Amino acid sequence: MERGLPKKLPIAGVKQVIVVASGKGGVGKSTTAVNLALAIAANDKGKSVGLLDADVYGPSIPRMMNLAGEPELNKQNLMKPLVNFGISCMSMGFLVDEKSPLVWRGLMVMSAVQKLLRQVSWGPLDYLVVDMPPGTGDTQLSMSQNIPIDGAVIVSTPQDIALLDARKGAEMFRKVNVPVLGLVQNMSVFQCPKCGHQTHIFGQDGAKKVAEDMELQVIGDIPLHISIRETSDSGQPVTVSQPDSPQAQAYRALAKEVVARLPSYEDPLPERGQ
Amino acid sequence: MALSPKADSAADNMSGVQHVVLILSGKGGVGKSTVAAQLALALRQAGKKVGILDVDLCGPSIPRMFDVEGHDVHQCPGGWVPVYPDQDQRLALMSIGFLLQARDDAVVWRGPKKNAMIKQFIGDVVWGELDYLIIDTPPGTSDEHISVVENVRQYSPDGAVLVTTPQGVAVGDVRRELTFCRKTKLPVLGVIENMSGFVCPHCTECTNVFSKGGGEALANQFNVPFLGCVPLDPQLTRSLEEGQRFVDAFPTSTAAQAIGRVAQTILQRGEQQENMDTS
Repeated sequence: MERGLPKKLPIAGVKQVIVVASGKGGVGKSTTAVNLALAIAANDKGKSVGLLDADVYGPSIPRMMNLAGEPELNKQNLMKPLVNFGISCMSMGFLVDEKSPLVWRGLMVMSAVQKLLRQVSWGPLDYLVVDMPPGTGDTQLSMSQNIPIDGAVIVSTPQDIALLDARKGAEMFRKVNVPVLGLVQNMSVFQCPKCGHQTHIFGQDGAKKVAEDMELQVIGDIPLHISIRETSDSGQPVTVSQPDSPQAQAYRALAKEVVARLPSYEDPLPERGQ
Repeated sequence: MALSPKADSAADNMSGVQHVVLILSGKGGVGKSTVAAQLALALRQAGKKVGILDVDLCGPSIPRMFDVEGHDVHQCPGGWVPVYPDQDQRLALMSIGFLLQARDDAVVWRGPKKNAMIKQFIGDVVWGELDYLIIDTPPGTSDEHISVVENVRQYSPDGAVLVTTPQGVAVGDVRRELTFCRKTKLPVLGVIENMSGFVCPHCTECTNVFSKGGGEALANQFNVPFLGCVPLDPQLTRSLEEGQRFVDAFPTSTAAQAIGRVAQTILQRGEQQENMDTS
């Protein structure tokens, strides 16, 4: 085995990789990753988008995308991603029983992540959105060392407690030279469905201040709306099930910002054509 | 980061700790640290001496919640001295947050280093005499959790309190955490359903933003006690931001009363344990 750091190798067929990360748990990474992938596809019907759930301990993508079942293998023995709403998905959740915990130490997690990256026939994809687990540990390191990441989107709620961790998340990506595209302020404000009164349950505008501090921008502001949770739990993400709602529009605006901020894609083999 | 001086024996530092309670989840962001902090305060209100060990190495929240960010950890011949936010020293805190140079420093460590740190946190902190040691964990069932359970097993922990929010994606992860407890033979004190409903301050309509009942259903399914619902409360969020003590400042709020009931259950279990030990 080669000594030293692994070499970064792009995933076959995938043009650009966007990671959705946080540092803090429970701020809505998976919800944002799912709706971001769907919104990118909705904004530009010509683009193909994939979704990789790298949260080995708490894979949420299967439920949110209403997908289940063991992936089939193709002739090359690669796993075929499961598809719903036009998005190709892969998750640890498809490979293990939903009820069993993965009580694994870091090394095993790394090898599982490798499989999810390399042993899947993603096919030609314009964008691969990766839903990261919380924290700044093995998975994040393995990802950034193994594949070129074109941009990271950091999700946080407005509270300082969440932002503290979001800062660390952003700092970690800077350390490994991954461009941070911006911050998403999730669960920013709650609007009472009965009277319309707005309450900032998790604080107000915290992300804007942190973004200024870190010389980043807030590229998305998603409200706390019961329909987002309801549609996530039922596997009908709001971006596709209620495309005209303000929530879906917020995700589409985010998708627009993300795509605009990605470095332009350079085909490494231009003479082969598109 | 300075190395700690060798303690004669890890057992010495933990020998004054009467009860160990772990706060687990499986899912991130459900309020483990919030519950750990408020529970510790509620136990302290009940006259106990309480310690909080924050083993979330990537996202340590405890120092901020007690407004002691930036405090230094001192060393003594026995090991690390915990941070005492109050003069009366009835609350003792330890977190990696205290050991970082700058608050934005990220701890980007792989498993083995994390395991070593946790072992030090359990064996090399001079807790002294404590009635309760609450251990706040990160989400998941990974290195940190395996290490904590391995290292506290010898001190016969009272058990684990599992925190979840009501919705499906959270309950799914917490279900796995319950299985983890069974596999590692860690007793389960019960399940708390956090962020259970929001009452609009304007019209008092209750909206179940994160659904309702998932935690209770989970507890029933696994045949473990359901410790209660804690509602979403903007005052709680604000208190955490400002390092204010919510259960002390708003004792009549629904959230504080719910936490108080959980503390009572823990105290009762603790007394039962003590009676069994002495009989």
